[in-house]
Amino acid sequence: MTTRTENQEDSMSTATPTRAPHSDVPTGHKPAEGRVGAGLFDPRQLLTSLPDAFRKLDPRVMVKSPVMFVVWVGSLLTTVFSFKDPGDWFGWAISAWLWLTVIFANLAEAVAEGRGKAQADTLRKAKTDTVARRLVDDRLVDDREERVPGTELRIGDLVVCEAGDIIPGDGDVIEGVASVDESAITGESAPVIRESGGDRSAVTGGTKVLSDRIVIKITTRPGETFIDRMINLVEGAARQKTPNEIALNILLASLTIVFLLAVATLPPLADYAGTHLTMVVLVALLVCLIPTTIGALLSAIGIAGMDRLVQRNVLAMSGRAVEAAGDVSTLLLDKTGTITLGNRQAAEFVPVSGTTEAEVADAAQLSSLADETPEGRSIVVLAKEKYGLRERHQGELAGADWIAFTAQTRMSGVDVDGRRIRKGAAGSVIAWVQNEGGTVAEDADGMADRISEAGGTPLLVAVKDGRGARVLGVIHLKDVVKDGMRERFDELRRMGIKTVMITGDNPLTAKAIAEEAGVDDFLAEATPEDKMALIKREQAGGKLVAMTGDGTNDAPALAQADVGVAMNTGTSAAKEAGNMVDLDSNPTKLIEIVEIGKQLLITRGALTTFSIANDVAKYFAIIPALFAAVYPGLDKLNIMDLSSPDSAILSAVVFNALIIVALVPLSLRGVQYRPVSADKLLRRNLTIYGLGGLVAPFVGIKLIDLLISLIPGIG
Amino acid sequence: MGPVLAGVLQLLALIGALAVVHIPLGNYMAGVYSSDKHWRVEKWIYKGIGADPDTEMRWPAYLRGVLAFSVVGVLFLYLLQRIQGVLPGSLGFSSIDPDQAFNTAVSFVTNTNWQSYYGEQTMGHVVQTAGLAVQNFVSAAVGIAVAVALVRGFARSRTGELGNFWSDLVRGVIRILVPMAAIAAVVLVACGAIQNFSGIHEVGQFMGGSQQWNGGAVASQEAIKELGTNGGGYFNANSAHPFENPTPFTNLFEIFLILVIPFSLTRTFGVMVGSAKQGYAILATMATIWVGFVSLMMWTEFTHHGPAFELARGAMEGKEVRFGVGASSIFATSTTLTSTGAVDSFHSSFTGLGGGITMLGMMLGEIAPGGTGSGLYGMLIMAVIAVFIAGLMVGRTPEYLGKKIGSREIKLAACYILITPALVLVFTAFAMALPTPANSMTNSGAHGFSEILYAYTSGANNNGSAFAGLNADTQWFNSTIGLAMLFGRFLPMVFVLALAGSLGEQKPVPATAGTLRTEKPLFTGLLVGAILIITGLTYFPALALGPLAEGLAS
Repeated sequence: MTTRTENQEDSMSTATPTRAPHSDVPTGHKPAEGRVGAGLFDPRQLLTSLPDAFRKLDPRVMVKSPVMFVVWVGSLLTTVFSFKDPGDWFGWAISAWLWLTVIFANLAEAVAEGRGKAQADTLRKAKTDTVARRLVDDRLVDDREERVPGTELRIGDLVVCEAGDIIPGDGDVIEGVASVDESAITGESAPVIRESGGDRSAVTGGTKVLSDRIVIKITTRPGETFIDRMINLVEGAARQKTPNEIALNILLASLTIVFLLAVATLPPLADYAGTHLTMVVLVALLVCLIPTTIGALLSAIGIAGMDRLVQRNVLAMSGRAVEAAGDVSTLLLDKTGTITLGNRQAAEFVPVSGTTEAEVADAAQLSSLADETPEGRSIVVLAKEKYGLRERHQGELAGADWIAFTAQTRMSGVDVDGRRIRKGAAGSVIAWVQNEGGTVAEDADGMADRISEAGGTPLLVAVKDGRGARVLGVIHLKDVVKDGMRERFDELRRMGIKTVMITGDNPLTAKAIAEEAGVDDFLAEATPEDKMALIKREQAGGKLVAMTGDGTNDAPALAQADVGVAMNTGTSAAKEAGNMVDLDSNPTKLIEIVEIGKQLLITRGALTTFSIANDVAKYFAIIPALFAAVYPGLDKLNIMDLSSPDSAILSAVVFNALIIVALVPLSLRGVQYRPVSADKLLRRNLTIYGLGGLVAPFVGIKLIDLLISLIPGIG
Repeated sequence: MGPVLAGVLQLLALIGALAVVHIPLGNYMAGVYSSDKHWRVEKWIYKGIGADPDTEMRWPAYLRGVLAFSVVGVLFLYLLQRIQGVLPGSLGFSSIDPDQAFNTAVSFVTNTNWQSYYGEQTMGHVVQTAGLAVQNFVSAAVGIAVAVALVRGFARSRTGELGNFWSDLVRGVIRILVPMAAIAAVVLVACGAIQNFSGIHEVGQFMGGSQQWNGGAVASQEAIKELGTNGGGYFNANSAHPFENPTPFTNLFEIFLILVIPFSLTRTFGVMVGSAKQGYAILATMATIWVGFVSLMMWTEFTHHGPAFELARGAMEGKEVRFGVGASSIFATSTTLTSTGAVDSFHSSFTGLGGGITMLGMMLGEIAPGGTGSGLYGMLIMAVIAVFIAGLMVGRTPEYLGKKIGSREIKLAACYILITPALVLVFTAFAMALPTPANSMTNSGAHGFSEILYAYTSGANNNGSAFAGLNADTQWFNSTIGLAMLFGRFLPMVFVLALAGSLGEQKPVPATAGTLRTEKPLFTGLLVGAILIITGLTYFPALALGPLAEGLAS
């Protein structure tokens, strides 16, 4: 049992400070916040994006959105026909409002893109042209350098960066260790450590070396670096339509064709009935019927969805991944840093027989003062809070010889006043006691085992004084589950998402923590292969899996997962394999990513429903206006009692244009998402956007008609 | 008992009978299409046509089977009519003109049974029995086969195999349609429908003058005419003719026959996809629309204003005194909401709005409950569309019965729903724009337009009923309606089978709390709404200029 405890510690952060990726990155993120909420929308953005909206009138741009392209062609037609009959105010008014419809649609897209542009500009500043110090000899024997522009670097080149240098391109550190300021991409001012070997060797071009000297092997061609990809992503330049967006576009295109058929076949029918329909009226009817609302806002919704991720410091490498996030049914969450706080904390001091708790606390505190790891600090904090032992500073004790914690010794301690105190991993401390000629109390082993079984980690405290070397007691280090995690997992369960905790702990420990946190399942003593097998098993059952990872050994699983979120602190292999990168390196964000994915799909569905439901009212406005003159009975359909046929048609067109602007904030912000069951969600959205979509235009068209009828000479 | 009460009681009796029968019949049909045993008579047929009934077919192969069989059917029927003059048992009728022979051949193979001729004055025993009656069976069986292939697409995973067309076709005829039609025919004969091969009788009329009556295998054809949602009458008067439909009971029985297979197929669907509830949801959608339309029809027909209506207590023009307003309303609505097209009253004589309801019923795509097979697959396509829109609103890429509705699926479903509106609207517009077709109208104004709109709606949706009044036996109408029937039947089948193949290849997505529950009433309501709104929006302008203009005028 003791052996196992040791192995366990080896894999734990206690003994391997290099592998504590989450603790050294202050995230400023609290789990309680970060609901998918309101993105900021400033009406002034509409004005500033106006030039872009006009630029997008280019037919080569318009043709990408089939629905709006039809409106564009219609606007052109009505304008041409208005020129043929320039005295007719109606033709001009319809033409003007049709052009406005197109411009409003472009405006929505331009506003959505504009928000990304600001971010891209900040990134560009970081990407100033750098001069690289390339090593002439790539075997590291000769350290002569040559200065080349960063744009001329090739994959495999070795470059040197020293304090103050901007790293010229993406790569891996192959020699040295340095602190790097990555605020240009993460917005986080605290520097991070980058060193050769291990999981923290990746550096990003455009970031700045603050101290020391490192040699970097370039892994990316210029123009394809992480920062270049980020700029493309946030600007929407690399935006490709996502599968669901394509499917929705097909449906919208087919609805457009249906309405095109209904309108195009109308003239002979109207002629037979004894009334002639002008081109202006036909185009107006067509534009009112085709799903312009969703057609206009569709790309803005997609861009805004990506943007909401960017605002949370997550970069999705493809929109496909964002959509997939909404479909995720299994979440793999790393225990450490996601479910529990990054590090274990001391929970209690257990004395062996013959010693008191206070003695153990005192010795534990003294021996931990030289331990700067979070675990060590937590021992000092516990001693202070529970046993009232004031924190002593290293300078206070004269003549003390401090032994700092190292990964090799796995012990820390102090030699003072003839006492030698040590604290550390069970194996190390036992070896030390035996080495000092002491004996290990028999109950110490049992205590350590009990703590392990309960899911904790035991550390031993030992002393050598006048009475010889002996173990005083055990420190119980415990995983602390983050606040609010249980509620989060309950929410996920209601959303139909299963959570699986991944941990290197033994099954007993894992089970204890899984129960405390409220996750659905756990994978203990997880190796990368186990992780991979779990993902494949879930996927074989038709489930979509999301996970986070940072190490090179996570890369295959990240690539296999449907949504793989790589931590920015991770290796470049991990970042390449995942389809999202979290710049904050906060694994809890996976939950938010899922919510953003769902919100994106809901917004699309809601506005599609709204758009189609709108048509009912428009028919009731336009059909009586067109035909009541020849078939007076049809005037009974004029239930809105619109003032005149011209005003009725114009009101419908105006409503159709204005509703686009009115819905821009919603499409950028996204429909509110609540983690409830699908049934409740559907009922709620169907009521708001289905019934609302039926009723709203009746009110809106009537109001616009009232205003239009006030204009003298009209109506 | 007042006529309104009589109508309502008949409706309730019908609902009761369907509720009782649909479960055992649906289960039986599911068994028929799932069993791996062949009956002896079936084995003879497979040997005769040289088909291996155990080979699984992917969708292109299945489609080739459907098309090849139908092409042969059209050619055979066309030839049979063209040589009728030299065939024995033709009652002295001459061969049929090419355009009408084409129209009739297509009409019966497509399960439409549009008739631009007077049955009793044009077709002899051989064409009626060896040609038309045979197609009444097999065209219905083809429809069910395609529907079953789609259901298999939903039910199966990781395979593109949809079953064997020849086996599905033969089983549909041998195990379902023939036994049921036989029972139905016996019931009809017992109630007074005729069944003989006698010639033409010259009968003196009560008021003087004389009338020609001919006999024929009427009851047997009547049974499959309704059961297979065919609708082609032995006589021109169709089910208004006392030889075809002698009593109020046979009238109700015939409505039952029209509805029983389409409604029961929802049960078959539920059983085959392994969830009876999913079947009930589709059944509920169909039933809601059907009951709603019947009620609306009764309301318009009973409450129409004017002295004649009030005297007759309802709009009796064009309706049989034997059946009255209530039964005629149920029949007219049922025949147009299925792809039957049999009539026991004249739709042209219904009130303006009543005529509109028959048209709207067909325009929905005949999915409530729809034709044998075609109703189920049409409804499932609409469910796919509704799931796509609603599914997004629950925050997942849409899925139906565990199958994802992606761009390929939505493309196929969208093509499906485009076809009939395109056929109806484009042909109607051309008919109105060209100078000659309008000469076929009997009426002027909105009612005249309704005649033409009805004709193409009926043809493209494979209904086959006529608004009456339109002289459809012209080269223009025989050809264009023929094309509308042909494309309206087989193009949608292409997309249905392709969709089935695409769904079958997918691996199923397990349902979670985040999945849209398609077996809940909320979804049924949504589906009904989507069907009414999407169809309503497509045809609103055309309907406004026809039945609405007429119906709202008074």
